[in-house]
Order: sequence, then structure tokens, then C-alpha cells
Amino acid sequence: MTARIEQLSAALSQCLSGKIRSQQEDVGELTIEVAAADLHDVCLQLRDHESLAFDQLIDLCGVDYSAYGEVEWETDTATFDGFSRGVEPATNGRLKFGDDIPEHNTDRPRYGVVYHLLSVKLNHRLRLRVYTEDDAMPMVDSVMDVWRVADWFEREAFDLFGIHFEGHPDLRRILTDYGFVGHPFRKDFPLSGNVEMRYDLEQKRVIYQPVSIEPRVLVPRVIRHDNRYLNPEEDEA
Amino acid sequence: MPEIHNYTLNFGPQHPAAHGVLRLMLEMDGEVIQRADPHIGLLHRATEKLAESKPYNQSIGYMDRLDYVSMMCNEHSYCLAMEKLLGIEVPERAQYIRVMFDEITRLLNHLLWIGAHGLDVGAMTIFLYAFREREDLMDLYEAVSGARLHATYYRPGGVNRDLPDAMPQFLPSKWRSQKEVDRLNETRSGSMLDFIEDFTKRFPGYVDEYETLLTDNRIWKQRLVDIGIVTPERALQLGFTGPMLRGSGIEWDLRKKQPYEVYDKLDFDIPVGTNGDSYDRYLVRMEEMRQSNRIIKQCVDWLRANPGPVMADDLKVAPPKREAMKADMESLIHHFKLFTEGFCLPEGEAYSAVEHPKGEFGIYLVSDGANKPYRLKIRAPGFAHLSALDEMSRGHMLADVVAIIGTQDIVFGEIDR
Repeated sequence: MTARIEQLSAALSQCLSGKIRSQQEDVGELTIEVAAADLHDVCLQLRDHESLAFDQLIDLCGVDYSAYGEVEWETDTATFDGFSRGVEPATNGRLKFGDDIPEHNTDRPRYGVVYHLLSVKLNHRLRLRVYTEDDAMPMVDSVMDVWRVADWFEREAFDLFGIHFEGHPDLRRILTDYGFVGHPFRKDFPLSGNVEMRYDLEQKRVIYQPVSIEPRVLVPRVIRHDNRYLNPEEDEA
Repeated sequence: MPEIHNYTLNFGPQHPAAHGVLRLMLEMDGEVIQRADPHIGLLHRATEKLAESKPYNQSIGYMDRLDYVSMMCNEHSYCLAMEKLLGIEVPERAQYIRVMFDEITRLLNHLLWIGAHGLDVGAMTIFLYAFREREDLMDLYEAVSGARLHATYYRPGGVNRDLPDAMPQFLPSKWRSQKEVDRLNETRSGSMLDFIEDFTKRFPGYVDEYETLLTDNRIWKQRLVDIGIVTPERALQLGFTGPMLRGSGIEWDLRKKQPYEVYDKLDFDIPVGTNGDSYDRYLVRMEEMRQSNRIIKQCVDWLRANPGPVMADDLKVAPPKREAMKADMESLIHHFKLFTEGFCLPEGEAYSAVEHPKGEFGIYLVSDGANKPYRLKIRAPGFAHLSALDEMSRGHMLADVVAIIGTQDIVFGEIDR
């Protein structure tokens, strides 16, 4: 498998030199990042170049990086201050209807689109990531004309994350209800949703109202640095 | 002469041939489909978002409920993704058990598919035949996990427990006499592996029965041959995987091409179609059942000869033994932490795919180092297949749409997620 990755990474740097912003290999998988402006050209190259030959788009998904690395229970400082009860900070998991959205302070753009490619011909895989440039209006080019299957995957990413795919002929919602408001997989969308619906006896119709469920976190999100997975070289530096 | 317009037909969401909750908007010219627009999402439960709010080990049960006719294969993909990031090795016995249950699951899935597909097209009997065998296989699920459908049996690092020594038996009751119970228990008197072995001996005969009913059946052929033809080029473009891709003549099976667990040590063949029509896909799946049966047989032989652990020896992901907890403080702490907080995955991302009965089922896991996934994406094969329904059904008659839905093996649990 490793020989195959070496071969692929050599082919990538040969065909797409200058367009690859970063390239890394982890757990036996190769990931490249390209600029949103280059996406369409890169995809065409990936599909058509004979030493790449990615004839299948296996998966396309949106990712919202705004809460990356956020914890609900601080444990690093616990030795000095004692453990907190893990119920305090108003993180995304505890968002209520009408709450202000927590600020995110990561240096990377908020939205990314991740493509998983497979070459049936050469039997290798690649992960391709683009970040959208504008957080307020995330937009990337559609790859539907490169791989037809991108149609529904892009509709799904639009529906769940609000990422627009320029050039998609029919960008409708796909998984959520007719008339749904918001993009539910964004990190600032509460898990319980914003509205609930019920049948109203007096009005004799189904009505929507703000949710009555209190948001709660049963198990706080916690990051622990397990020394088995730390990089020894990093520690020395 | 009045002008004739196309009209729109609303098919589903509550229609027995819609395989659950598919709403199809069909634009018809007479009885010919001009455009098919599937409306999905009626079973959307936001599994991916729910998983983000739970520790890793608490989401295994959700995976069963995705494709609810091939439960353990879904779990398998999820566990593989976690194991990839954790970097833990699964004991060989657990790998064999997983492979065996993956193939049992494939049989379960294909049996339901042949039953439902037959029923859609008008063959009633096959449904009853298929469910007779499913009963035995679901008993295996029950024997190993306690649940007939949603097993939650796989764990990161192995499987929940070893195979039981005895099969559960029937008891006489008001509606089952002692004589009938004795007949039912005859194959269940030995260990679980004995029962599986007996099943693998019986099963090829059952597949022959189905083939007698269908393969040369004139009506069956009229309904399937040349329906929904997909060329190899289009199949790749449309993101087909699994039997849908192999039916179009592309030899691609993750079990052979990118083997996981112990598939590279087992002997089996990959059937491939030639015409890419519904009938070829039917033949491919029938042969897959025979091949799965072969794999199960090999696993049984290996499992008989090789006892051993079924869970990785890593207290961060595997719960300690009950006895150890009573005497050993360390074990008690590990148990407490594992079931309250779960375990943290190192920061990174992984994609792991398995050859699911329907195609490539993949889990894309993004971890920021926490005890809950940062993002979990489920790559469901049916999602890509259903998106091709429009192209596959154009120009066919209304009744053929039902046959195409059947041949795609649609299950809404995985499509809507």
C-alpha cells in the first residue's frame, strides 16, 4: 500500500505542481488541499490524467471547522484548580433557541468541502480538500460535470451546511423538510433544532413553535492528550 | 384535437413498492417516464449530527440503524475507522468472527432483497422462502448479541464477546408441540458453529430453489432483462459500487482489491455481469450468496481450530473483565472512565470503507482529539444509486420504475441517514 501512495504522490506533484497547497499522509491515506479557484481544473486533471485516473467520486461532504478543538470540560489545568463540574461554558452543545452564537477563533476558514476519490483503474484513493473563501457566503465550483454523482452530494452539502456550488443546475434542499429554515449541520445549529411542530386543536392545523426541549450535555466533550499518540520528536523541540 | 400534456405522477411516500419512504415525482408521457425526481429525507434522523454529541463508543448502535437490513456491516466500517485512528490491532479470532458475520449479514441483506424484489415484480412465493432462511440467520444474531436485528456487536478492538457454546433452543408451547420443537431443535443441539456449519450445508440447496423459481421464469425475465441498462462508463460516473458496479461488468470488490480483516486469506470468487441490466444484477447477487456461503464455511473451520481472545488488549478502549473490576482498582477506574467519558481518538482524519452488501459503505471520521467525533460522514452506497434513478428509468414504463427500485436494493435508513 505504501508503494502505491508513493507512486501516487509522485504523480500528483508532477501533474498538479503549483496547485497543491498542502499534501500530507496520515494513517495510510493521502490528503491534498487546493485553492477553491483551482478546484475545477484540478478535478479534471485528477480524472483525466492517465497516472491519476480518478474515475470515481466516492464521497463529497461539507465540514464546519468553527468549533474545532473546543472543549466543554477543561482538564489540563485541573491539577492546580481542581476539576470543574463540566457544566459551565455555553458551547455549541448547549446552544439554546435565540442564544448568541459563540465566536470561533480558529485561523482556518470556517467551511471546507472534502472529496474522496477512488481510481478503479489504478486502485488508489485520494482525499481532496478545499476551503471556501468567504465564511458569510461559502461557495465553491460544482464538479457535477466531472463526476455526475456529485449532483446529490452537493445538494446535501448545500442543505446541511449552506455551501453553494457554483454551476450546479438544481441546487435544492434534499434531506431536510420542505420549507426548512437553516442549515442543520453547522456547528451553531442546536442539536434539538429551533422549531417543533404539533397539531393545534384550536386552530385545527399543524403549527410550528420554538422547541420546548432544554439543551443538555450528558457527557462533556473533553480533549485528552494521550502520551501514546504524541509525537516524540515534537516533544523534544 | 386537444394538445396532450405530460402529467406528473406522485409515487409514494407510502407505497409498498417504494421500499420505505421514497417520494417519487414522475413526469409521464402516457405510460413512459420522461423524468423521475426522487424526494428523499423523510427518514432523516441526522445520525451524523447525533454522533457528534456522543462519545465514540455510544454511536455504534446508531450504525445498525442506518442500513437496517445489513446491520453489522455498518458497525464494521465505523469500528475500522476508529481502529485506524487509534492504531490498534484486532485479534485474529475477532477478525474471523467479523468476516463471518459480515457474510451472514450479506446473506440477510440479499435474502431480503430477493424477497422484496420478487414481491415488487409479482413473484410472491420467493418472499416466504427468503424469510424462512432469514429466520435462521437472525437467530445467529440473537445468539451472539441478544438482539435479532440491531446487534451492536462489533467494538473498536474486536467484538463484544466470543461466540456462545450453545445455540438457544425452542421450548414447547400452546402452538408448538413437543414433536415440532424436537424437529426445530435438531440442528440447534450443538454449538453455534455446528449450527452455522449445518446452515452452510443446507443453504446452497435453498439458493437452487430460488433459482428454480426465478432464473428461467418467463415473467421474471420479461420484467428484468434489458431494464435499467447501465454501461460501465456511466456506472463509474454515477458513483455505483458493489453489485450495481459489478452488474455493469466492472470487476471491483473491496474484499479483493483493498482487502481488510482476513479477506486476503479466504478463497472466494467475484461474479461480474456483462450487460448491466437488472437481470445481470440479479445473477450477480445470487452468485454472491453462494460465495458468501463459501466464506462462512471457511471461517467456521478456522474458528473451530483456533480459540483465542476476541478483543484487543488495550484497557483504554476495551472494558476490563468483570472479575478484575472486583479486586483491582486500576480496572475499576478504567471501567468507570470508559463508560462515562469514553475514549479520546488522536487528532486526525480517517476514511474506512467496507464492501457492504449494497456497495461501498464508508465512514469519514474527523477527530480533533476529543472523546466525541468532530465530524462523522457516512458514505451510503444507496444514496449514489438512488441519485441515478432518473437516468436509469428515463424512457421506461411506469412498472419498470418499480423493478429498477428493486434492483437498486434501496433501503432508506442509509440513504436518509
